Amino acid sequence: MQFEDEPVTPGDPLPIRPGHSSFGRLERVLRGGGFAVTAEIAPPDSANPADVYKRAALFDGYVDAMNATDGSGANCHMSSVGMCSLLTRRGYAMVMQLSARDRNRIAIQGDVLGAAAMGVASILCLTGDGVDVGDHPQAKPVFDLDCMSMLNMIRHMRDESRFLSGRELTEPPRVFLGAAANPFAPPLDYRPHRLAKKVAAGAQFVQTQYCFDIEAFRRYMDVVRDAGTHEKVFILAGVGPLASASSAEWIRGNVPGIHIPDAVIRRLKSARNQQQEGIDICIDMIHQIREIQGVHGIHIMAYRQEHRVAEIVERSGVLGGRMPWRPAVDWKNAEWDQGHPVATHAPGRQELEKVS
Amino acid sequence: MNAASAAGKPESYRMRVFSVRHARSLKRLYTAFESVLMFCEPLLRRIGYARLDKPFARIESLTKGLLLDSQNCGQCIVGFTGLSCPMNCPKKLRNGPCGGVRADGNCEVEPDMPCVWVLAWEGAQRLDDGQIPLQTVQPPVDHQLIGRSAWLREVRIKVESSGHAI
Repeated sequence: MQFEDEPVTPGDPLPIRPGHSSFGRLERVLRGGGFAVTAEIAPPDSANPADVYKRAALFDGYVDAMNATDGSGANCHMSSVGMCSLLTRRGYAMVMQLSARDRNRIAIQGDVLGAAAMGVASILCLTGDGVDVGDHPQAKPVFDLDCMSMLNMIRHMRDESRFLSGRELTEPPRVFLGAAANPFAPPLDYRPHRLAKKVAAGAQFVQTQYCFDIEAFRRYMDVVRDAGTHEKVFILAGVGPLASASSAEWIRGNVPGIHIPDAVIRRLKSARNQQQEGIDICIDMIHQIREIQGVHGIHIMAYRQEHRVAEIVERSGVLGGRMPWRPAVDWKNAEWDQGHPVATHAPGRQELEKVS
Repeated sequence: MNAASAAGKPESYRMRVFSVRHARSLKRLYTAFESVLMFCEPLLRRIGYARLDKPFARIESLTKGLLLDSQNCGQCIVGFTGLSCPMNCPKKLRNGPCGGVRADGNCEVEPDMPCVWVLAWEGAQRLDDGQIPLQTVQPPVDHQLIGRSAWLREVRIKVESSGHAI
């Protein structure tokens, strides 16, 4: 979907519409009433920008924004600031994840300004996984802020144009603020209140943990709707394909916070092609989630199956014929040399005019 | 558990659970204690808060250490968290549970420890004011206050905000 006020140079920001906090496409789609699709892009263990562009190209035309993760699972990868800087310059809409685990308030505020200057329009505030579960358990867990105080702080920067210290900013970061929600972890009856608290702290959209237990998610949404929270925040339900029954069992036993019901594992086990069944289950979940009132979109986390996101989006029909923004140049088929495309080049004015 | 105690962690979390189960009476006890402190405030002021800080912090550390495994952050919010000290959370969360809480209600990082926020939710429901205090968005920790007396700070803030201070 090309907006009519799309900038000529893809990296330039869109004009901010009245009532919007950001110049981003995700906020536009959500406020426009569209059922949004976001996906998680895995950061490479590499300093080569081509590795980032190739991964992003897998989602071209299928997602409204991509989430650049910030050391997810406490494992070291390319930073989310770096990922976002590369991709926003190509015109992609990014959700930059920021974790409280690795940086204190001085570093986080600096990154927020830097990212906003680079064209990041949406920021997702996370506490982050403990260092013990990652590949550097010897690291110092910082946790100077938590997700809630981080939300509050960035909202303060945006709306009051001030640092947490009170010192004035000459230009505030125009960002759409997001948070994570896990409806499936104890204390279950506190979870809807926790969502309301995140909204009070500044969250404008939330992306949930994987929803494999649709019944539990429905119950959660019932409480959320009763409180009217769904009218104050856009809720994107987390989905993703399971690779096999054994990997589902491993996730259930080893990744805290992910709840997979027995019925899902049974369905995977009985399938001839488990990987394909994982995709089918994911599509079924999307269909069921779309029916739940108060859900405004989905967030696809297809870890190590990113190449199948297009299939999931297409077969589920979740976009309803809508085509999200895509770059004018097909980066997927470009040839790369040390991070720079050789067969083609960055889109110029002429190319963009040809496309539109 | 043995490994946990070797690392200087409590051998059991029984006292934490006790405090949460008795959140109401412990909070009442503290409120009474605080009104005594408020009454003595002119005296405290004359002796000097700075001079009193160390002995107060020590008493506070002993009592709250025993009851709550307090980490002496100097800006106590257990009145908001059902008498469960949030600084025992490995992620130092002061605003509610993370998404990693195990199905049995234990901590993601320390599987043998009950999640401090599962306890907080339990404790908050025992307090007269129900679930509302848990919903207050807490500011980040002021690292300058760590190790100082939260009781004295509380009294001082209350007196100064009520305009009694001269």
